[in-house]
Amino acid sequence: MAAKRVSSLLLSRSFTSSLASRLTGGKSACQARAISRYSTAAALEEPIKPPVNVEYTKLLINGQFVDAASGKTFPTLDPRTGEVIAHVAEGDAEDVNRAVAAARKAFDEGPWPRLTAYDRQRILLRFADLVEKHNDEIAALETWDNGKPYEQAAKIEVPMFVRLMRYYAGWADKIHGMTVPADGPYHVQTLHEPIGVAGQIIPWNFPLLMYAWKVGPALACGNTVVLKTAEQTPLSALYVTKLLHEAGLPSGVLNVVSGFGPTAGAALCSHMDVDKLAFTGSTETGKIILELSARSNLKPVTLELGGKSPFIVCEDADVDNAVELAHFALFFNQGQCCCAGSRTYVHERVYDEFVEKATARALKRSVGDPFRQEIEQGPQVDSEQFEKILRYIRAGVDSGATLETGGDRLGEKGYYIKPTVFSNVQDDMPIAKEEIFGPVQSILKFKDLDEVIRRANSSRYGLAAGVFTQNLDTANTLMRALRAGTVWINCFDTFDAAIPFGGYKMSGQGREKGEYSLKNYLQVKAVVTPLKNPAWL
Amino acid sequence: MAVQSNGNGSLDSHVKVPVPQIKFTKLFINGEFVDSVSGKTFQTIDPRNREVIAEIAEGGKEDVDLAVKAAREAFDNGPWPRLPGFERRKIMMKFADLIDENNEELATLETIDAGKLFFLCKIMEIPGAAETIRYYAGAADKIHGETLKMSTALQGYTLHEPIGVVGHIIPWNFPSQMFAMKVGPALAAGCTMVVKPAEQTPLSALFYAHLAKLAGIPDGVLNVVTGFGQTAGAAISSHTDIDMVSFTGSTEVGRLVMQAAATSNLKPVCLELGGKSPILIFDDADVDKVTELALQGTLFNKGEICVAGSRVFVQEGIYDKFLLKLKEKVKNWVVGDPFDPTSHQGPQVNKKQYDRILSYIEHGKKEGATLFHGGKPCDRKGYYIEPTIFTDVTDEMKIAQEEIFGPVMSVFKFKTVEEAIKRANATKYGLAAGVMTNNINIANTVARSIRAGAIWINCYFAFDRDSPYGGYKMSGFGRDMGMDGLKKYLVVKAVATPIYNSPWL
Repeated sequence: MAAKRVSSLLLSRSFTSSLASRLTGGKSACQARAISRYSTAAALEEPIKPPVNVEYTKLLINGQFVDAASGKTFPTLDPRTGEVIAHVAEGDAEDVNRAVAAARKAFDEGPWPRLTAYDRQRILLRFADLVEKHNDEIAALETWDNGKPYEQAAKIEVPMFVRLMRYYAGWADKIHGMTVPADGPYHVQTLHEPIGVAGQIIPWNFPLLMYAWKVGPALACGNTVVLKTAEQTPLSALYVTKLLHEAGLPSGVLNVVSGFGPTAGAALCSHMDVDKLAFTGSTETGKIILELSARSNLKPVTLELGGKSPFIVCEDADVDNAVELAHFALFFNQGQCCCAGSRTYVHERVYDEFVEKATARALKRSVGDPFRQEIEQGPQVDSEQFEKILRYIRAGVDSGATLETGGDRLGEKGYYIKPTVFSNVQDDMPIAKEEIFGPVQSILKFKDLDEVIRRANSSRYGLAAGVFTQNLDTANTLMRALRAGTVWINCFDTFDAAIPFGGYKMSGQGREKGEYSLKNYLQVKAVVTPLKNPAWL
Repeated sequence: MAVQSNGNGSLDSHVKVPVPQIKFTKLFINGEFVDSVSGKTFQTIDPRNREVIAEIAEGGKEDVDLAVKAAREAFDNGPWPRLPGFERRKIMMKFADLIDENNEELATLETIDAGKLFFLCKIMEIPGAAETIRYYAGAADKIHGETLKMSTALQGYTLHEPIGVVGHIIPWNFPSQMFAMKVGPALAAGCTMVVKPAEQTPLSALFYAHLAKLAGIPDGVLNVVTGFGQTAGAAISSHTDIDMVSFTGSTEVGRLVMQAAATSNLKPVCLELGGKSPILIFDDADVDKVTELALQGTLFNKGEICVAGSRVFVQEGIYDKFLLKLKEKVKNWVVGDPFDPTSHQGPQVNKKQYDRILSYIEHGKKEGATLFHGGKPCDRKGYYIEPTIFTDVTDEMKIAQEEIFGPVMSVFKFKTVEEAIKRANATKYGLAAGVMTNNINIANTVARSIRAGAIWINCYFAFDRDSPYGGYKMSGFGRDMGMDGLKKYLVVKAVATPIYNSPWL
């Protein structure tokens, strides 16, 4: 499985914590850090008690928290320990039916699409304000459920969630169709109408941000929604959706069904009354979703899937800066980013120095309880991911790559993995071809630009790419040659609200964020009427 | 032989100069070539030899009135704005084809009238005019308004309507391209128009009018009134039945055009005016490449181009190398008869410009700039001037501040990126800038910092049909070319109507 998304932040502006300066490559922060090696005892210490209580564990359907029809629950686990945080209502087909019926009614008869866009905007803005007010609790919930560093959740991801909601709120009353020139005396216009009931399935790596990317544009356009969260991370979505109702969202407009993919997810995809489906997750699951949509009612599908994104360090690179950025591009969020720079291509002229410094940087990465300050890396999300990553590491060793550092779990408890660096990686090795979704950096050597373009593009994925060079011609050449939905030049994981994000090839279909994302949730209707004696055409 | 040493030779006897028959010398109003009401004419002069090419009908206020009347009628009651976009497109495509078919004759007219290099007119200017017309022909059926998100139960939409009768006042330095970049989008939008070409170069515009008629553009849609700015131009700017004026020319005249528009009917104006554009050369640049670009950037079209890179700022680390290379390259710059294919530079357009440029050169010398190259008129009959380069120019000298509009380069030395930006921006103009560096950070910073309408990184004169072009500050406002160039010929109307029981808002 490999579902994910990264927060915005690299080069983020006013944020001044040491975390941010680490993310932006500030060397002073790395050097000054108290925790200087990953083999800290942090992971072995008693876990810090999260400063939040779990209040919402039921399904949220038609504005009410309800048990699953079956009465079943599933445990959501603390990745620091593998212990149960809470038992969460487990939605299945019947619950999805109930949720879709509520959303259908809210769309066909309810006030939401009939509110003025201005009023929809106001509710989304109030929602953003409420989330901002509860920033720390929401961040704590996110860290507890997911294992990501609390500082990252509290200082970057929740504020980014707020930023995204405000961004989409502003779009609500600026959704325009066109007037269209006709070949004869006709008045033609297009209406951009809400598409109806949207089914949305989001992953566990950035639960809140994925919520914002999907729910924000769908609601701004006047749709109603059934949202299925990842079974690993159901908590934060329930919390914020409660706030959204407090902000004034009418019942039935946004329904949240916690549960599993093969049951609740599949029911949503096959539902005949769902008009649109959006999914972020693995390429394998994406295929199933597209198939279910095709077999049911041919609903249009937006897919944000896996990646194996190249990060290209060119001949002219300043090695220290390149190492820091490449490190961030891969290790951020425990390596659980769909756009992780997981193929680090380094020009042969700087290769040896790069490998040495990248190894040293990984060794210095602070791993431990994500609630501790100054922690860069927490545990992987669950045992399945943990085991899968360790299998990939073994595959790396078996296929002859050089293990420079890491390669093993950290501590005895929880899903911590040592930051791992492989050098001498070859293009045909599994660690160079497949999405690992963990803290494993694969370094590959290249000689010239044409070669690295060919190798970077020879992947079934095409989500993102990083380019590290000061040379304008090199940057111009690479940005056009790389077959990927995002090219970051001398930066990585820069995720503003207005920047569209999505994949080429098997990394997906469609774009999220930015003005482009509105298209996913709008139908176009052409309206034609004859003109009598027009003054102009 | 073209003169190899900066034009100091005599007229080149072997250069075959085509002698065109001048077919069109009268005003073109309502589809007919007519004499001016006053019966007056003026002479258009060949700048190569100062001889008269033809007597041209001199349009005045009465003629402008007649042309506007025809255009008004064509707009209010004629077929042109009422044709579907694809029909206008078809006719414009035919117009463009006719321009291509008459390439040689148009290029000849342009060269004898403006002193422009014949081969460049043939391969660039005339085909470029046809291509611009085709670009806008393709836009004619792609003019969209929007449907709106009204805050109450209203259906709202915008119509982008043709603005009406347009006045175009165009300059003499690129008569064909200016004609196409003004007339093309106005035709596509469904406007009708009155064009006043420059009195120095009236010939090609009249020929285009003839081709437009052949192509099927209805009578009255395109009218051409040749004449002078103070009379015909002023009549256009102040005409109360003209809905919009588009002007390209000097900043001084632009001010007059805008004043006349304001005191008459408050018509919107679009102004493309003067410039004093910087070329910034940074230490890391390839010296051979940038020297060539700087030379072309200043001397192209005899320096008679509003975006001339007339202030060349060179970073201190590359400064000496640059001058060395410049010396070498400018020696091979050939001034000669514009019909000679080996010439790089023909004569200036007329005596007034010629005298003006020579007086700027004198100013440069007097103010203490070092004359690095050239600095004299060529020893020939026409208005030829040596390519001239000044070094040790300081920012406050007249030659650093004012638009010379001739083959005169001023070279400055700078230390830091910040200093270069500051000095480049210290001008009342803001038309274009060249940035020569391969460093992505310098390029990005400078591109955003320079207050100018066009930034060319590692290139210069990178004009393109799809790339909007226009000025910041006193270089004007509004844009020509690209889809932005179309907007000024459209006016936006918002339409609203109540809706009942809509399932969504």
